[in-house]
Amino acid sequence: MPFIIGYLMNTLYTSTSLRTWLPFMAVALFLVVALPLLNVLPAEGAWYHVSNFSLNLFGKFLAYAILALGLDLIWGYTGILSLGHGVFFGLGAYCMGMHLALSIGTEGVYRSSLPDFMVWNRVTELPLFWKPFYSFGFTVLAIFLVPMLFATVFGFLAFRSRIRGVYFSIITQALALSMWLMFNRNSLNLGGTNGLTDFKTLLGFSLQDPGTKRGLYVITALCFLGAYLLCRRITRSRLGRMLVALRDGENRVRFLGYSPAEFKLFVFVLSAGLAGLAGALYVPQVGIITPGTIGVLPSIEMAIWVAVGGRGTLIGAALGAVGVNWARSFLTTQYPDLWLYFLGGLFIAVVLLFPDGIVGTLQRMRRNYYPPHRRSEGKQPVLVSG
Amino acid sequence: MGTSLRFRPDWLIEGLSLFRYLLLFLTLSWSGGFPPVLGEEQPVPAPSPEIAQEIAALASQDEAAVSAAVMALGKRNDPQLLPLFVALREGGLYVWAPAGGVPRVVLGGEVISQGDTKRVPLWSAYGKQPLLDANGQAVVVPLEELTEIQANRNLRKVLKPLIDDLTNRLSLFSPDSSTRRASAIKLGQAGDPAALPLLTEALAAEPERWNRYAIEAAIQLLKLADADPAVRRAAVLRLGELHVEQALPALQNLRDTAPNAPGGEPDKTVREAARTAIQRIERWGLFVQFVETLFRALSLSSILLLMALGLAIIFGLMGVINMAHGELMMLGAYAAFVMQQGFMASLPPGLFDYYFLLALPFSFLVAGGMGLLLERCLVRFLYGRPLETLLATWGVSLILQQAVRQIFGAANVSVVSPPWLSGGVQVLVGVYLPYNRLFIMGLAAGCVLGTYLVLFRSEMGLKIRAVMQNRAMSSCLGIAAGKVDAWTFAFGAGMAGLAGCALSQIGNVGPDLGQTYIVDSFMVVVTGGVGKLIGSITAALGIGGLNKFLEPSLGAVFSKVVLLVLVILFLQARPSGLFTLRGRGVDS
Repeated sequence: MPFIIGYLMNTLYTSTSLRTWLPFMAVALFLVVALPLLNVLPAEGAWYHVSNFSLNLFGKFLAYAILALGLDLIWGYTGILSLGHGVFFGLGAYCMGMHLALSIGTEGVYRSSLPDFMVWNRVTELPLFWKPFYSFGFTVLAIFLVPMLFATVFGFLAFRSRIRGVYFSIITQALALSMWLMFNRNSLNLGGTNGLTDFKTLLGFSLQDPGTKRGLYVITALCFLGAYLLCRRITRSRLGRMLVALRDGENRVRFLGYSPAEFKLFVFVLSAGLAGLAGALYVPQVGIITPGTIGVLPSIEMAIWVAVGGRGTLIGAALGAVGVNWARSFLTTQYPDLWLYFLGGLFIAVVLLFPDGIVGTLQRMRRNYYPPHRRSEGKQPVLVSG
Repeated sequence: MGTSLRFRPDWLIEGLSLFRYLLLFLTLSWSGGFPPVLGEEQPVPAPSPEIAQEIAALASQDEAAVSAAVMALGKRNDPQLLPLFVALREGGLYVWAPAGGVPRVVLGGEVISQGDTKRVPLWSAYGKQPLLDANGQAVVVPLEELTEIQANRNLRKVLKPLIDDLTNRLSLFSPDSSTRRASAIKLGQAGDPAALPLLTEALAAEPERWNRYAIEAAIQLLKLADADPAVRRAAVLRLGELHVEQALPALQNLRDTAPNAPGGEPDKTVREAARTAIQRIERWGLFVQFVETLFRALSLSSILLLMALGLAIIFGLMGVINMAHGELMMLGAYAAFVMQQGFMASLPPGLFDYYFLLALPFSFLVAGGMGLLLERCLVRFLYGRPLETLLATWGVSLILQQAVRQIFGAANVSVVSPPWLSGGVQVLVGVYLPYNRLFIMGLAAGCVLGTYLVLFRSEMGLKIRAVMQNRAMSSCLGIAAGKVDAWTFAFGAGMAGLAGCALSQIGNVGPDLGQTYIVDSFMVVVTGGVGKLIGSITAALGIGGLNKFLEPSLGAVFSKVVLLVLVILFLQARPSGLFTLRGRGVDS
């Protein structure tokens, strides 16, 4: 038994040492065990009580953090800035949303087996592409497959013709815009501008019940930890080194005999899958999905989460996502006029003043404080993957 | 040449040379500026003695005399008598007997209740002019001094056709061209053959081509109901010749209903003629659709070109992605708004229509100033890092949007089109070209020409091109690369401001103006390729054309989506765009 655990730890983290695993386990325990317990056990007014609202909000932040991990993988490590990841997030979210909308059954406003918006759009029969979403199993598959297929097609076309850098970013923006335009149409039968909302149950559990919300939070936290381990595995492997090489000198990689397009496509599709997962976890906790999350502005905001936290570091991406969204919740409720100034200023400050992001700057400071030549001989040289 | 030249600073010399071309460029862009023509009000002439007599006769107690007077007045066909007839029929015609004065026939206005007394303002019976007393004040009398003149039922029946005829006459011979046209169309649709003589009279007197067309179409429409089949046939054929689209329902009726059914056409030749006429009109309709689509495509292309020109300069010449370009356009549009408000607030109303002429250079300067500020404070530190400039300028765009929202409010503001930009010119039957779009096309052409002149015929342009091609060597040769960058950015930003000012005439002006257009501008720049002006022009023409030609079949949204997909596919074949500068370096 310990042998199996050790093997798993080694595979996941390429190391079994306590020094690497301890912080991870601590964070995992905090997220998965401590926070829900602090929600359930203490009394309502105690200062260490985590309210249902806060837990729900934090679940949403963790979903965003999964998305940020994927984005960091392609931007921080591979150097592809995608300003259209809202599309993949939205696709996963809409898949889950469709299943939830169908789960309402006849409890909707119009007491019909069709979702409400179809009734008032005078759609008489459920469209064909909705029908498979009755099944939860299919929905889980779709959450991953739909964004990933989309990303495969788009990425294949883009990377094959060596569209790079700024051109790629602009094209992803165009993609986000066109998807937003399409999802706003009522004729697509996906709720139009209002999106899908008014969900009641998931797998029989009522979505309003605090117990369900807690469960969703725990699932989100577990998925986040799993995504983190996955990304960590990738970045610490030879594939990770290849990605960094692609970021720093793609032509050299090509001249060395590798095919950059394949690697880029792989990470792009993977990050799209993570984004889809994030979307699917986002929807039951927030209760609504609209085309607004697919547009140009939200997609660019996702890039800033990663930039603020730390571009080449996974922890930074997660922290940036949580931090910026927390700031957004706080500012839009307390000082709504200030939010856009803050966001705009954040963009500028991150780019000008701390391009490595918060975690990246901290890492750099630590490296400067403990420069490599001061370390004792015999240790492995540090992989400088800033 | 002497000490004076030696001590003149560089920036002044460059600025002067640039200024010369800027002036030329700005003058070229004012392609639509012709001053407005203000209309004048014609004073109402005094009534002739006979008319005055007949009006006075209306005051008599004898009904026969009143009828005779009305008939006589009716024969005169004088539009100034219309208010009199309307008042006689519906109330408001009085005999006013002032104390110690001659009773006269007057028109009364709305009754004003002041406490217990009711007072009525008075107007003259002929031409409804306000009556003025010796001091020039409007005469308002108590209701008791007035005796109303009432019309009996027969008189009212007689009055109605007179009123209709005079109303039509008034509108058909009105000094305003569009009123004439509108009333001709209305008479044609109404289908009352009694209007035929009036229309024929109007046709002879009409100076304008399109009004004559409308009147003749109305005449032919009315002749469709004539008893003589030859007349009907001639009318049908003439309607086909004139390509009158409004006649289609009537003609289709003629062609399709069975001869014996009510409303059917018994004569076979007339039905045949209807078939030919319908064919002609429908063919013309297709042609008109094509011309209209072509015009709309050119208009959209010119707008895209205006928007993308500034962006192409900045991106192409400096490699800087400016996501705040949309917001610079918004600043230009708001500058036009501010100029409009300034004119309304502080200058006499007669000068208001000229605000747009000043708004164009003002927008250029405002946006250019903002661009200069941006470059000096932000973009300067980010050269060589395009992704970072993208993010940083996006941040600036958010800040600008929020600032404008706080200063001007989140709602759209209304920018009024000056009268010489409103309206349009009708070129063919059914093809109506609005002036504001023609102006934008002219402006776009002027901007392209101006940019070409600045870039290729001025000293500043030479420096810009040198820095773009080889920055280090230009620096070695004494060109201040940093200053050149700043001025280029400012120039590109100024173009964005001009685009915004032009857009304020055709679209809504609000804080989201930039967001609506930014992706389109980038599409044009990316497709056209950077570094060459011709690329942007071709891309704008191509994208605008495709968009508008796909629109009738796919609808606006899907045509845009298809266009974006096509651009993505196009970039597969040519990743760097249509026209690229071939360099020797491999970008890493």
